[in-house]
Amino acid sequence: MTIRCDAVVIGGGIVGAACAYELSRKGLQVVIVEREIIGGGTTAAGMGHIVVMDDSPAQLALTQYSQSLWNALSPSLPPPVEYDRCGTLWVAADEEEMAEVWRKHKLYKAIGVQSDVLDSASLAEAEPNLRRPMAGALLVSTDAVLYPPLAAAYLIEEAQRSGAALIQGKCVVAAKQGTVNMDDGTQISTPYIVHATGAAAVELLPNIPIRKRKGHLVITDRYPGFVRHQLVELGYLKSAHSVSTDSVAFNVQPRRTGQLLIGSSRQYGAEDPGVDHAILESMLKRACAYLPALGALSTIRAWTGFRAATPDKLPLIGPTEDPTVFLAAGHEGLGITTSLGTARLLADTLLKQPPAIPVEPYLPARFSVEAIHA
Amino acid sequence: MPDQFTVRVNDVAVAVDRNTSIAAAVMIAGSHCRISVSGEPRAPFCGMGICFECRAIVNGNMHSRTCQMLCTPGMEIQSQ
Repeated sequence: MTIRCDAVVIGGGIVGAACAYELSRKGLQVVIVEREIIGGGTTAAGMGHIVVMDDSPAQLALTQYSQSLWNALSPSLPPPVEYDRCGTLWVAADEEEMAEVWRKHKLYKAIGVQSDVLDSASLAEAEPNLRRPMAGALLVSTDAVLYPPLAAAYLIEEAQRSGAALIQGKCVVAAKQGTVNMDDGTQISTPYIVHATGAAAVELLPNIPIRKRKGHLVITDRYPGFVRHQLVELGYLKSAHSVSTDSVAFNVQPRRTGQLLIGSSRQYGAEDPGVDHAILESMLKRACAYLPALGALSTIRAWTGFRAATPDKLPLIGPTEDPTVFLAAGHEGLGITTSLGTARLLADTLLKQPPAIPVEPYLPARFSVEAIHA
Repeated sequence: MPDQFTVRVNDVAVAVDRNTSIAAAVMIAGSHCRISVSGEPRAPFCGMGICFECRAIVNGNMHSRTCQMLCTPGMEIQSQ
């Protein structure tokens, strides 16, 4: 059986869902293929932090653009998506990290992102459970949190309302040169194939420069008000930047339910999805060092996930050497935030419309052609 | 420990015998242990620490499984 459509999106995680949403709204007849459940992979494993990040100018541009899109979409998100603009507090433990607070503050001011510098006393008042004294923090009030799997499900439902078709439970075995083949023999003929398969992208595109970067998360029982903002240590930048070694950082998120998500860890070359107890222990010790009362709380679950990491920490968005194949993958720890911006840039590329921000930093062509071509 | 003493359940003094579980003290007080997410009052279901329906705040500690803990003199118990 051969189906014809305007675009096939492979992968029903948050990035694929956003691409299907965007392309459907632009009038394309879209087919989404998800082999398991919508938002059930890396999307379900992550925290769901809508955050402006400034590791590089290109990362800042994409996260800021994407956050503005989430902001605009937020009134439409149904309550189960648990969108909550709680803001991020970048916590500075010492004066060196406080210098980073001021650097960020000036940078954000220059590009129109609202932020406020908290001194030691204001931070203690804002987050009474933080260890004292801390040097201070940067509050980014526009940052938000949400529940990623249901955000993905919402985007898919909206895409379907705009005419998209969802094929679920079937696996794509080949996708190139305008043809998508599935494991049950179904064939789809289409001018545009979008690979939004994240950490699994290597299965169809063996040479794509994406590596798995394992992470751990823990969730507690309900303790409403224990923390009020997403709390991230500024030392996080040092560990997240590191590209080779295992690392942990303090990163705690309050959920609407009163639960706390506790992160984070980063490991390359760890393919086993099981919980690594040594990493889990150092992650929780780090969290307890910042929130001493955390140790008395009950946790109910720990799990792992795999980020889709690229060598330069920027996603792959746009065309490949095969004129029918496009990529929207490799978002590492920022896929929830940057999904909407990615989808908008991809749609602009396909429909030859001017993008809101320059697409060049994210083009797959920045890596060698042989690396990408299937 | 005396054979009989008092604990406080939601700020009301309740007399209990030694070896009374906290869950029982809550029942003697005619109270519930917790309010569910959907707003329903809850009390022990399994009575053996598996169902988590008996959670309450004991001496300030949330999510204490009251069916698995014995009362001690002066204990402060609150529904959560």
